[in-house]
Amino acid sequence: MSAIELKTVRKSFGVVDVINGVDLAIESGEFCVFVGPSGCGKSTLLRMIAGLEDVTGGDVFIEGRRVNAIEPGDRELAMVFQSYALYPHMTVERNMGFGLAMNGMAKADVEKRVAEAAAALQLQPLLKRKPSQLSGGQRQRVAIGRAIVRHPKAFLFDEPLSNLDAELRVQMRVEITKLHRQLGATMIYVTHDQVEAMTMADRIVVLRRGVIEQQGRPIDLYRDPDNAFVAGFIGSPKMNFFKGTMRPDGTIGLAETAFAPALSSRPGSDQQVTVGLRPEHFEIGAEAGVALTMEIDLIENLGGNSIWHGRLSSGEKLLVERRGYHDQGLGSSVPISFRPDDALIFGHDGRRLR
Amino acid sequence: MFTARTGRALALHAVLLPLALIWLFPLWTMFVFATLPDDGIFGAGIELLPSTAFADNFANLQHDTDFIRAMSISIGVASVYTLISVALTSMAGWALARYRFVGRTAVIGIIFGTITLPYFVVVIPQFIMVARDFNMANSWFALIVPPLFNSLGVLFMRQSFTMLPEEVFDAARVEGIGEWRTFFHIALPMTRPTLAALSIILFLHSWNNYLWPLLVNSRPEMMTAPVALGSLIGLTKVSWGGIMVGAVVLTAPMLVLFVALQRHFIAGISAGAVK
Repeated sequence: MSAIELKTVRKSFGVVDVINGVDLAIESGEFCVFVGPSGCGKSTLLRMIAGLEDVTGGDVFIEGRRVNAIEPGDRELAMVFQSYALYPHMTVERNMGFGLAMNGMAKADVEKRVAEAAAALQLQPLLKRKPSQLSGGQRQRVAIGRAIVRHPKAFLFDEPLSNLDAELRVQMRVEITKLHRQLGATMIYVTHDQVEAMTMADRIVVLRRGVIEQQGRPIDLYRDPDNAFVAGFIGSPKMNFFKGTMRPDGTIGLAETAFAPALSSRPGSDQQVTVGLRPEHFEIGAEAGVALTMEIDLIENLGGNSIWHGRLSSGEKLLVERRGYHDQGLGSSVPISFRPDDALIFGHDGRRLR
Repeated sequence: MFTARTGRALALHAVLLPLALIWLFPLWTMFVFATLPDDGIFGAGIELLPSTAFADNFANLQHDTDFIRAMSISIGVASVYTLISVALTSMAGWALARYRFVGRTAVIGIIFGTITLPYFVVVIPQFIMVARDFNMANSWFALIVPPLFNSLGVLFMRQSFTMLPEEVFDAARVEGIGEWRTFFHIALPMTRPTLAALSIILFLHSWNNYLWPLLVNSRPEMMTAPVALGSLIGLTKVSWGGIMVGAVVLTAPMLVLFVALQRHFIAGISAGAVK
């Protein structure tokens, strides 16, 4: 039995359809990340699971029980919000134990659970402080603590790291991942940051316009995307997309060259296709097989690696990622190449051709 | 060192100081007159320094009106009024801020509309209702309850609740905290500055209310302090010193209350002005 199951779930706000029939089963103990651009419905979907938004159509099940009409407080879930949503007038200790106390748990039990959560999150020295006396990272840890004490059936995270600075975000990312391993709990995590999705998820669900574009293990989505949207969304720096033309001999014309793609079925000739190539799949020189010429516009040196911005002879822009430091002359042309097997081919509707 | 900044500060204070003096002058003369014997008040020229007749004036006042009793009644009525009114207005404000229901906009519009009605337009029909229809003149109920329905307070609280972050209440819902508890334990404490400001305004409103207690009550033992003071004017011999003592005694608690809660008051009034 799945921990959480959605069956053709729909949501409309007035005439605007936000979620258009989502089917999804999240297994017990799984770390599932909803990812997608702004307005794709990922937060709405999470809020529907929490019970904070009504379901327009379809059913939501938690551990086999249909919860469409069940109040949020009776769903035995815990939620962590982007703005932390702590009670500002209560101490850390009170913030974490308040919900339990209000639901009639004995004081000693509340204290025990708060102490356990505080220990797990290293919050003991902060227990007597109020949220205004804490840093952003500490506040978010308190919010997570408040979730942990509930011993919920699942944790719901709504972009919990978006308010933190870059360094703290990396640190909290690691902490939440560790926590997941430690608790073995079911977690659903909403983010627009594909790096968070890639690094934390057991499974990524990519949403666009209220439908699931693709779901699967992060590496599967990265290597084997079903469509150009997922291919472009997952991965940083982003995948390069070039216009290509199918030729009668089965090769694809790309800028000044042509190559034989690794496709099991051959699309009709003269068909326009999109060729997707990840920045790290290019090599400098012609060794990889399919040779192109790149004119360099800019090189961003990050120290350990560098991102080359440039153009093909067709004028199409591309990014190339290389190890190490490089200072090639701007405006110069360099030969680059890629292996035909690395090229992903998409049809005119954006769907992957395999 | 004289800089442009100190120059600006001096210029500012040169304007502020006379303004402050103009504002303080009536308060000061009220205090001075309260300490003068009656012939001193109407003597040639204006006395600017206090004298020693405060106790005598107070004794006259107490003799004419039983002022201590009137003060106790004022304090009691204003306290009960403030307590009940804060409770009612905050609950109504919470309902209008948080719940979506059919006719909500209309309700808010009507409440807003009543603010524009002058008090004197309302007071006569209100009096007729209480005195004639309910036959409740000269009762505590009549003294306290009719002024309770305070549209300004409702909108004040509604505004304050609207500005609270929605996610805090989402968090409370997910934690299974009921609506009443959310209101009492989360929403009310989060609006403490507004509650303090509103309490002062409501207390002041009741404390200074002259017309309604005058209209609805004619029993001397239920007279509030402003009405007691007003009753002195009609006597054959008007004790102005006594009236001034009464005015000082009426003003003093308000000043203390304001100074004590000034921080909250300013915070409450200016809440939302800056994010």
